[in-house]
Amino acid sequence: MSQYVLRRLLIAVPSLLAISLVLFVVLALAPGDPFSELATNPNVPPEVQAALRAKFGLDDPIHLRYLHWLNAMLHGDWGFSFVSRMNVDTLILQRLPATLYVIGSAQILALLIAIPVGVYAATKPYSLFDQIANTLAFVGFSLPTFFTGILFILIFSVTLDWLPFVYTTDIKATGIRWALEMIRQAIMPVAVLGLFQAASMTRFVRSAMLDVIRLDYVTTARAKGLGQATVIVKHVMRNAMIPVVTLIALQMPAVFGGAIVTEQIFRIPGIGSLLISSILSNDTPVVMAVTFVFACLVVLFNLIADVLYGWLDPRISLR
Amino acid sequence: MLDKELRSMIGQVKDGRMDRRAFIQRMAAVGLTAPLANQILALGGVAMAQSPAVYKPTKRGGGGPLKLLWWQGPTLLNPHFATGTKDQDGSRLFYEPLASWDADGNLNPILAAEIPSVANGGLAADAKSVVWKIKPGVKWHDGKPLTADDFVFTWQYSSDPATAAVSISTYGEITVEKVSDLSIRILFKTPTPFWANAFVGAYGCVLPKHLFADYKGSKSREAPNNLAPVGTGPYKFVEFKPGDVVRGELNPDYHMPNRPHFDTIEMKGGGDAVSAARAVIQTGEFDFAWNMQVEDDVLLRLEKGGKGKTVYATGGDIEFIAINFTDPNTEIDGERSSMKTKHPILSDPNVRKALALLVDRESVKKAIYGRAGRTTANYLNGPEKFVSKNTSWEFNVEKASKMLDDAGWKVGADGIREKDGKKFKLLYQTSTNGPRQKTQAIVKQACQKAGIDVELKSVVASVFFSSDVANPDTYPKFYADIEEFQIPMTQPDPALHMRRYISANVATKENKWQGQNFPRYVNKDYDAAIAAAETETDPVKRAALYIKCNDLLWQDTVFIPVMHRLKVEAAANNLRPALSGWANETDNIQDWYREA
Repeated sequence: MSQYVLRRLLIAVPSLLAISLVLFVVLALAPGDPFSELATNPNVPPEVQAALRAKFGLDDPIHLRYLHWLNAMLHGDWGFSFVSRMNVDTLILQRLPATLYVIGSAQILALLIAIPVGVYAATKPYSLFDQIANTLAFVGFSLPTFFTGILFILIFSVTLDWLPFVYTTDIKATGIRWALEMIRQAIMPVAVLGLFQAASMTRFVRSAMLDVIRLDYVTTARAKGLGQATVIVKHVMRNAMIPVVTLIALQMPAVFGGAIVTEQIFRIPGIGSLLISSILSNDTPVVMAVTFVFACLVVLFNLIADVLYGWLDPRISLR
Repeated sequence: MLDKELRSMIGQVKDGRMDRRAFIQRMAAVGLTAPLANQILALGGVAMAQSPAVYKPTKRGGGGPLKLLWWQGPTLLNPHFATGTKDQDGSRLFYEPLASWDADGNLNPILAAEIPSVANGGLAADAKSVVWKIKPGVKWHDGKPLTADDFVFTWQYSSDPATAAVSISTYGEITVEKVSDLSIRILFKTPTPFWANAFVGAYGCVLPKHLFADYKGSKSREAPNNLAPVGTGPYKFVEFKPGDVVRGELNPDYHMPNRPHFDTIEMKGGGDAVSAARAVIQTGEFDFAWNMQVEDDVLLRLEKGGKGKTVYATGGDIEFIAINFTDPNTEIDGERSSMKTKHPILSDPNVRKALALLVDRESVKKAIYGRAGRTTANYLNGPEKFVSKNTSWEFNVEKASKMLDDAGWKVGADGIREKDGKKFKLLYQTSTNGPRQKTQAIVKQACQKAGIDVELKSVVASVFFSSDVANPDTYPKFYADIEEFQIPMTQPDPALHMRRYISANVATKENKWQGQNFPRYVNKDYDAAIAAAETETDPVKRAALYIKCNDLLWQDTVFIPVMHRLKVEAAANNLRPALSGWANETDNIQDWYREA
């Protein structure tokens, strides 16, 4: 087992290197200039822009820049933001709590809805409950988050005036009032993201359950006289969860990566909004760090998913 | 009232211990009218109020929190590194200049004891130096006194190329010397009629020497105070998260009486302009939102029964269509739009004039800019004393068609004009931006009626405005026949704004297209007028020279002005922000208050 994990980690190294190389080249070839905002300002002479480019090493050849970046990354230096003139890791760590809180809650909400609804719908396929759940799931994942987000704002903020639609990181309250405020301002973004995720996940859980529920061993379990609850939870669900675990594991990096659209709509200062604003201002070190960390997380969570398979189904041997 | 008491009160107003309003109120109490009280002050040597803004609060603080919404949040808080106005706005809450620009483009003293003039001996007769007196008793937020050394240091810091400050053009060409602890002299190499550039406005913010002295030059980016400002401003720094939020609290030692009004200040970033407008105008979650680049229709709809409204500030920002004087389709030595070529169609002045007749500015205003725009014939639209009255514009398809007929461009069988077998086709480029694409459509329609085939092109803003030498789609390369964008006028003086179009500034391959004269306009009269204006010390003659430059641009149809754009902001109904089209939104933040 530990050998397997070690081998997988070693294989990850060249693939991460390749990913970083591709990211770096694509970013270097992309049009745009971090100091372009200066270009239309008649107060700033072109030489200033040139001096800034030279200072941040933007005029070096691309292979040198890549080696510099790689070397720094290996030493734990994530780079230096052109735009904020501060270290990228500080910038990312500042944004992490909001993303973890909002996107994490949304994922939990999605799981809490998807698993019970999917399982129950699968035990009674084509019943009224199943039909309603299916219809809602289709509606749910046909509506993009930017649409539901604005709809929610119009209903709950503008018309009803119940919830704020601008997310604040420092609420001026303590104790229970602080907690309540935090929950209040997260309701809309969490609902928008969570319902969207839950919709597709419900369909997934339902079909995975249906695949397993018809197998002979389930009939055997029933024949032994086990109750419906035991059959479903202990025998069916455990096996049906294998594809679901894959799906959840692949969703986990998104918890750290943030949700670009939703964060933008509700002004949540998370990783997603950092990424989009950095892309728009051509702040390559930040874009590079965020996307690379994201790539590392995808590799890591894939590994975790593989290890979990072994636990869920001992027939899958890890060699 | 005793004469002695009156004199001591005038003295108090003079050095700012008592404000004008308090003085006038005291006078009114003994039966003197306000104008008379003002006269007494003027006789006593106190200048008439320079700022037209009225400031009502009579005590410091008590205004509660002020919540600002900038849909692009500040990303750094050192005013000399500010790449965009969002960063200048965030820094300005804490740092201050000697003076800022008010709504009419006049100077409003902040850290200065008075505005230099010839009368008070501040301005030299040869326009080669200016002496600023610093207000006594001003303290940095950490308690250290503000002195002339801080100003000299700020100049050294910013003018050092190794620092890579964006304000280097403001400070690079001048010398700053200490006259006494509370006065400095700025020396110019050549006579400089526009002397109020260094230490004024956004790039004028002074840095504390005792905190930045170790971080001058190449170590500038390591300064801890780049992200934790210590200034002299009305608010003290509390917290900063780049791109997200800047927070400050009232500075109890602020140097202006009864200011600031608000107890805390918060500048939140992120999101988009429409939802920012909504948060201020519709739900009232925020007090003020910046830069409402939103269609007027949407704003009008939001304002119906809302908690806020839009406010406007007039400056000199001009949206225009520029005409290429060179040929973008012929390549000479690897360079298109080369100075060695002439535009095959647009080098005829009558054709350019006809084109100007085809831009329906009134429709553009109605359909797109609404209250945020004014139609104009001028390239230079402010301040008032520099605005030409000699120009005019009209929209007239028939007249344009006739001019084109006369110029030899006859309508062909396909409805497109042609001359000597060449079709009248134009490539019209601009950045990708809703209002600009709509303007393109309006212009194209009129051109079609006049028999001109216009091909529209829109380029992503990050490319269009970049200085990327390798990219053919940037505005300075101008590989198109006409192009549209906006040039903001960042100070109430036309010197920099008009200087762009002298022939020495033409954008070419040789200067890596960094020359600012992108239409490649060459006119000896224009060059001469700019050269004369830059050394002219008589303000009236100088204004006349810039008006002449504007008129030359109009006569030669170098630009077709589309819209004189106003700044649009959203504010809560009871907020009284002090705004100016000549300054950034927060440049007069000390004068903001909330009506009870």
